Amino acid sequence: MGPESLEAKQKAAVEEVLKAYPEKAAKNRAKHIGVGGPEDESAKTCGNVRSNKKTVPGVMSQRGCAYAGSKGVVWGPVKDMIHISHGPIGCGQYSRAGRRNYYIGTTGVDTFVTMNFSSDFQEKDIVFGGDKKLTKCLEEIDGLFPLNNGITVQSECPIGLIGDDINATSKIYAKETGSTIVPVNCEGFRGVSQSLGHHIANDTIRDYVFEGSLPSMGEAIETTEYDVAIIGDYNIGGDAWSSRILLEEMGLRVTAQWSGDATLKEMAQTPKVKLNLLHCYRSMNYISRHMEKEYGIPWIEYNFFGPTQTITSLRKIAAFFDESIQAKCEEVIAKYQPMIDAVTAKYKPRLEGKQVMLFVGGLRPRHVIGAYEDLGMEVIGTGYEFGHDDDYKRTKDEIFRSTVIYDDVNEYELEAFVKKLQPDLVASGIKEKYVFQKMGLPYRQMHSWDYSGPYHGYDGFAIFAQDMDLALNSPVWDHSTAPWDKEGEA
Amino acid sequence: MQDVDKIVNGKDLFKKPEYQETLTNKKQFEGGMGALNPAKVEEVAEWTTTWEYREKNLAREAITVNPAKACQPLGAVMVALGFENTMPYVHGSHGCVAYFRSYFTRHFKEPTPCVSDSMTEDAAVFGGLVNMKDGLKNCAAVYKPDMIMVSTTCMAEVIGDDLYAFSIAAKEEDQEDGGKYLPEDYPIPYAHTPSFVGSHITGYDNMMQGTMNQLTDGNVDKENKKERINIIPGFETYIGSIRSVKAMVEAFDYDYIMLGDHSDQWDMPAGSYNMFAGGTKIADAKDCANSKATITLQKYSTVKTMKLMKRWKQEKVELNPIGLKGTDEFLMKLSELTGKEVPEALKVERGRLVDAMQDSYPYMHGKKFAIWGDPDFLLGVVSFLLEMGAEPTHVLCHNAPRGWEAEMRALLDTSPAKDSLNVWAGKDLWHMRSLIFTEPVDFMIGNSYGKELMRDTGTPLIYVGFPIFDRHHLHRYSISGYDGGLNLLTWITNKVLDQLDEDTKGIATTDYFFDLIR
Repeated sequence: MGPESLEAKQKAAVEEVLKAYPEKAAKNRAKHIGVGGPEDESAKTCGNVRSNKKTVPGVMSQRGCAYAGSKGVVWGPVKDMIHISHGPIGCGQYSRAGRRNYYIGTTGVDTFVTMNFSSDFQEKDIVFGGDKKLTKCLEEIDGLFPLNNGITVQSECPIGLIGDDINATSKIYAKETGSTIVPVNCEGFRGVSQSLGHHIANDTIRDYVFEGSLPSMGEAIETTEYDVAIIGDYNIGGDAWSSRILLEEMGLRVTAQWSGDATLKEMAQTPKVKLNLLHCYRSMNYISRHMEKEYGIPWIEYNFFGPTQTITSLRKIAAFFDESIQAKCEEVIAKYQPMIDAVTAKYKPRLEGKQVMLFVGGLRPRHVIGAYEDLGMEVIGTGYEFGHDDDYKRTKDEIFRSTVIYDDVNEYELEAFVKKLQPDLVASGIKEKYVFQKMGLPYRQMHSWDYSGPYHGYDGFAIFAQDMDLALNSPVWDHSTAPWDKEGEA
Repeated sequence: MQDVDKIVNGKDLFKKPEYQETLTNKKQFEGGMGALNPAKVEEVAEWTTTWEYREKNLAREAITVNPAKACQPLGAVMVALGFENTMPYVHGSHGCVAYFRSYFTRHFKEPTPCVSDSMTEDAAVFGGLVNMKDGLKNCAAVYKPDMIMVSTTCMAEVIGDDLYAFSIAAKEEDQEDGGKYLPEDYPIPYAHTPSFVGSHITGYDNMMQGTMNQLTDGNVDKENKKERINIIPGFETYIGSIRSVKAMVEAFDYDYIMLGDHSDQWDMPAGSYNMFAGGTKIADAKDCANSKATITLQKYSTVKTMKLMKRWKQEKVELNPIGLKGTDEFLMKLSELTGKEVPEALKVERGRLVDAMQDSYPYMHGKKFAIWGDPDFLLGVVSFLLEMGAEPTHVLCHNAPRGWEAEMRALLDTSPAKDSLNVWAGKDLWHMRSLIFTEPVDFMIGNSYGKELMRDTGTPLIYVGFPIFDRHHLHRYSISGYDGGLNLLTWITNKVLDQLDEDTKGIATTDYFFDLIR
């Protein structure tokens, strides 16, 4: 198949997909779907798609909410703090321990990530307000979990609607006790997706962690010339660990991880680092920009998916430092190259030419493309649940060929695109997984790494390659059709 | 570094010395007590196991820690997926729906269709009418369901949207377009399902009540009832249980309607994907008021729904076919309702279950259990434990409705060990942690949330309940009927035997008891 025919097929698919909608919805969705190419200079965003707008009602979007962006993504992984899901019982329950934010600690004693703390609002709390209940929650938490280093209050929808003042309640309690209490106004109806929740959470880090007075948590860190922070790595399946090991090997000191396996102290001391390394741009560019403006700390984006991008990123990071770091960086690259060559030699022949369609969240819709391409696989469709224009602009640099770009794709559209373009692998989230597996299509979850990982860094790439091979070449897909239904067979 | 001949994922990767060094190195930057003073962590961890901590823990009034319940619309979504070609539609913000879908999908390993109308700030201020008009139309146009079932998130409930008026308005607007997507007679049953009242079973009840009430409107014959029974499974997460119940009724060769039958929806064969599978026929649901009786299998999940029977002049029956006695009662009632004797095949099946119980009883007798879950599930499984001579030491129901605690107490009082058996209504799993540390049990029965209790207290967990995310295919089995009883017996007995082996496998120390035959 030539590139023209792929593009033509993709454009026809887009046109076809839009036909199912009533007029108003079709007009809206048309702006969010396009076909992008690496050479396409005219388009403002990849595929010229519009993004970060309200979801069309009734179409089965895959999007989450602001609470998910704050509690689920940014704050939830901070391990030595307790995060209260403030409001009715459901939100905390559905989001409990679903993201695989790995951490080391004694859960329930000095770390709390996989637990669920809820203020379990009842009708009387809605009617009379829940501020007194919140104070009581804070007291009880400190009584039963004395080693917590702070508490965040993650607002669910009703909080902002009933006029509770969690900010005042938190402030009073913090003043009385000297603890760090962070109220987060991340009600689920705010904004159009989880994205606003990231932003709100970033702002509360600025206001309560950087500008707050934190209780002592051991000695302050002695700074060095080589201090960096990993920003926007949630340590899913241990991703941040397989990243920091490389940075350490090249002579840098990773003094903080945001926010996978993070402690409050690491975050509080980040304004002392020399460089912020930003992995998930979407969810943490805000705080990175703030640190640049306020503390003069530069930040750079990096990508540790697949060896090509990893090498580029390592060199880009090293270029900020002196020659000793640059030399060590080359040593690191040289050290891992034989392993990576062996991984590629083993898996590329089994995966080459296989086509992939992606739909993920923050950075992965563009960042993982290189990892697939390193294995000879071809990404022919991608899109973001909650991306903005700047994400779609960046996507242009990461695609290799004509690619369908779908913003906030819904169940109907993704299914239709897959049926029309027939990729060999679909890589997205849990909600869509079984839809495509029913069709006999290999599938990998790209939020949770399908309970495997890490996928970051060199060691992660080996796992990624092995997992993609596992998915594509498993014998189970051959069983879908019964022998009596197979053509040309008795 | 990875060895290409033996690539390992995180389970073993981080055990490698270079990663252990990195993780140790990281501690110097951390502010958690585990990094600053590990001895203090041990001390506090030890304190959490004490009676003193338990008292403090049980005195909690405000904060819930590790709950064992979810919120109303989850149950409403389950109801909708039990009806033929029906789309669950949640009026509110879409984050909730993303959660319901992933929650069910992680449990069943099956797709869970459900839409929302994506309400956001402007809807919070002006109401969600526009969202509902557009949402119903788009949903009908794109997914072409035969019915859309509307429930609400807490956001819509707080602002007080009027579902009935909204659905009428949506249809009226569509009429101007020729009724293209929402014809006048298009069924849109609705229910208010506020998350701040009750739990997921309350939402199940509200949605089922709303659906049955609205679909039967104008079709209730109070005098002439058909020779047919309705069965409502309740918030049933065991696909096999629904099938067992159907098989039992079918053995009587009697007409019935399973109201809310999601057994095909969440158990689709591979090969192709259709969004909807199976479910109660809409025509049947519209006629359900004219059956002679309605049996609920979960009375605490259908409190409001079962009030309809009085109005319909229909017999109302509450049964719970989990365990031997529960199944016996179910069959005797079916026999009475159908006027037929219990079929021979079921009598044989009963004999086989009793035979199996008599084979395995020594391993369950006197064993202490902690168990948690939904109210009707607990009544059924606890009843079975008592039938085996086991001791349900801690029975915990976080979403216990009125009346449940007394009923469970009365059930436990039938045990000779009654004085050491405890009912914990409205308590959560962090309470359970204290209970198990202070009054230990041999085994736990519960959902995946018991995993951390298993790790912390060292008590083996037998996975029965909802949700189960980290064990596969258990939901495909039955826990109802005699066949379901046999499954429960098998799972529990074999876990006891696994643990017996685990406890005696010490070479040259305890393995004299590591018997080949048990």
